[in-house]
This record gives sequence, structure tokens and C-alpha cells, in this order.
Amino acid sequence: MPFSRSAGLAVVFGMPIVMFGLTNGPPVFTISAMRSLWRTLDRGLLRDVAPIALASGLVGASFGAIAVADGNPLWVPVAMSLLVFAGGAQFMAVGVVAAGGTAVAAVLAALLLNVRHLPFGLAVGHALGGSWPARLVGSHVMTDESVAFAMAQTDPRRARAAFWTCGLALYVCWNIGVVLGALAGSAVGDTDALGIDAAFPAALLALTLPALRDAVTRRCALVGALIAVVATPLVPAGVPVLLSLAGVAAMLLPVPRRVSAPADRPADGSSTTEARS
Amino acid sequence: MTLAAVLVLALGTYGLRLAGPLLRDRVRLSERVTRVLAVAATTLLTALIATAALTSGSGYAGWSLPAGVLVGGLAAWRRLPFVVVVVLAAATTAVLRLLGAP
Repeated sequence: MPFSRSAGLAVVFGMPIVMFGLTNGPPVFTISAMRSLWRTLDRGLLRDVAPIALASGLVGASFGAIAVADGNPLWVPVAMSLLVFAGGAQFMAVGVVAAGGTAVAAVLAALLLNVRHLPFGLAVGHALGGSWPARLVGSHVMTDESVAFAMAQTDPRRARAAFWTCGLALYVCWNIGVVLGALAGSAVGDTDALGIDAAFPAALLALTLPALRDAVTRRCALVGALIAVVATPLVPAGVPVLLSLAGVAAMLLPVPRRVSAPADRPADGSSTTEARS
Repeated sequence: MTLAAVLVLALGTYGLRLAGPLLRDRVRLSERVTRVLAVAATTLLTALIATAALTSGSGYAGWSLPAGVLVGGLAAWRRLPFVVVVVLAAATTAVLRLLGAP
């Protein structure tokens, strides 16, 4: 299979090798069928990923501008974005230093925000692909969004395509945005005025809704979200989201038996398990 | 930020990201554990959504932000295209802020 490795990239890289072996009809048909499958997948995925990638570019521009305005040389936001690639942690680190904190405090506060990537990696590790390059590169482009895109797929192959499409698109757009923002400096406006801060949770919500149709998952998630919101004023940033994991204990509670009349079924019950809109 | 701080943050973040896929590979996960991990990830995402929609810093975010996320959520629930969900959420929040809502 030309796409046994991760992402659409595998098709690009795999094609020439496979093409050498082509001497007659049937393989051509197989390959063109696979290519059209990928094209369909990618077109739908790219359409969904595009608004989020664009929004991340805008937030990246605002990060670049803020970092430079705080007195950092140009290379700081650029290097951070290429090497750290975690928006929340980058804002946190730059913010702590700008507020007079030490570099150690900045790094610790930022790392605390990123601890959630460990359970995320455990949950969607398979979506990166099995090869070493796939795991090493895929881990770097793991974000809340790429995890959510992967989790929203029921088919493992689509999950992998979704993870990589989202991860790579965000990486490219975020870094271009940061460079442009750092160069433009104060010319970059406040992205909050555009409501970009609402775009991200809404996108994650759209991607998470399918999983929340499951009663047990929904109960755990709602308990966890409540814990996180209540804890937010009380504990350092990053900790509330980790505390939400306590909500998973709600799995142990017995599932309430639905005694609803069959009449309310057709309206809601026609829902497919297919996640993407 | 010094170069050392950027590098430590980068290595630490990468380690946290890589740990999951590597650990997952090391042990054979039972169906039950796989299910718990999926529920845990959905719980984390939901907590991220809730805190991002409702809080800013350590306080309440104001009305514009949760209203935008709510409109986006309703659009997603009504199965409108993903791009519509994202644009509606941002536009709602932006318009409310333009009108002077907190």
C-alpha cells in the first residue's frame, strides 16, 4: 500500500517508487483509485482545517507582535514557534518574563500548560503512524486541534490523515504568522476584536460533539469540565484542565437505563457515527 | 527569554508530546484501557473548551466569548459545515465586542 505511512506525504513520496513498477493496466487503476480517495479525503479535510489554520496564523501574528513589543529580539518568537510550537505555552512564557518573572518560572509555567499532551499522545498515538519518522515528527505537530481532528474520525486511516493535515497546516500557518507579526510589530491589531478567541473553542466543540453523544463519555467530560472551570481561579494555569481527568472516574458509576419512549428516536437516533461535518 | 530557556521549553514540550505515542507502543493496551484513554482525551478537550469559553486568566471571560462559542456549538449541533461553525463563533464574539459587551 503506497499510503501505509503517514499523511498524504506518503503518497507524494511513494508514487515515483510505485510508478517504476508500472508496466500494464491494473496497477494504474489501483493507484488512481487510491489517489482519488486521498484527493477526496484531503479536499474535505483541507476545507475543515483551513479556517483553523488561518485563525492560528492570525494568533501567531499577534504572538510575534506581542513578543517583540515586550522587548524580545526577533529570533525569540520565531525560534520558540518553530521549536516549541505550542501557542498557549508560548504566550505564557513570554508573558511571565514580561511581567518580571524569571526564565525558570516562565519555562515551568509554560510546561505545566503542555502536560496535557501526554494523555493526548496516549489516546491518539496510533494516529501518528507506526514508523519512527512518523512518531518523531508527528509528536512535534501534536496540538489540541490535531488531536481533536483525529479523535473525530471513526476510521483509523482517516484519523491519521486528519491528524497530519491539521498538524502540518497549523505548523506552517502558525510559523508564517509569527514571522509576519514579529516583523510588523505594533501594526498588528488585537485579534480579540475579531473574535478569534471564540473560534478555537467552537472548533474544538464541533470536533468533540460526536464523541459526546456517548452517554458515559458525556458524563465524564461534563464532570471534568465543571471541575476545570471551578478550579480555574484557584490553581495555576494548566492545572485546571489536568484536574478535569478526575471526571473520568465517573465511568465507574452505573449507566442510567434510558426509559425514553421510542417516539423520540427518529429525530435524534438517525445520527451517524461519522464525525466530520 | 534566553536561548537556554527557549531550548529547555522546546525539549520539555517535545518530551511530553513524544511520551504518549512511545508509551502506547511499549505496552499492549486492552480494549478497556483504550476506551478509558479515549474518554480521558475527550474529557481534557471538553475541559479545554469550557475553560477557554468561560474564563480569561483566572476570572470570568465576560459575555461575548461564551456567547460566540455557544452560537458555534449550536451551529455544530445543527450539523452546519465546520467553516460556518468557526466563522459564526468568531463573528458573534466580534460583533458583541464591537457593541461594547464585555
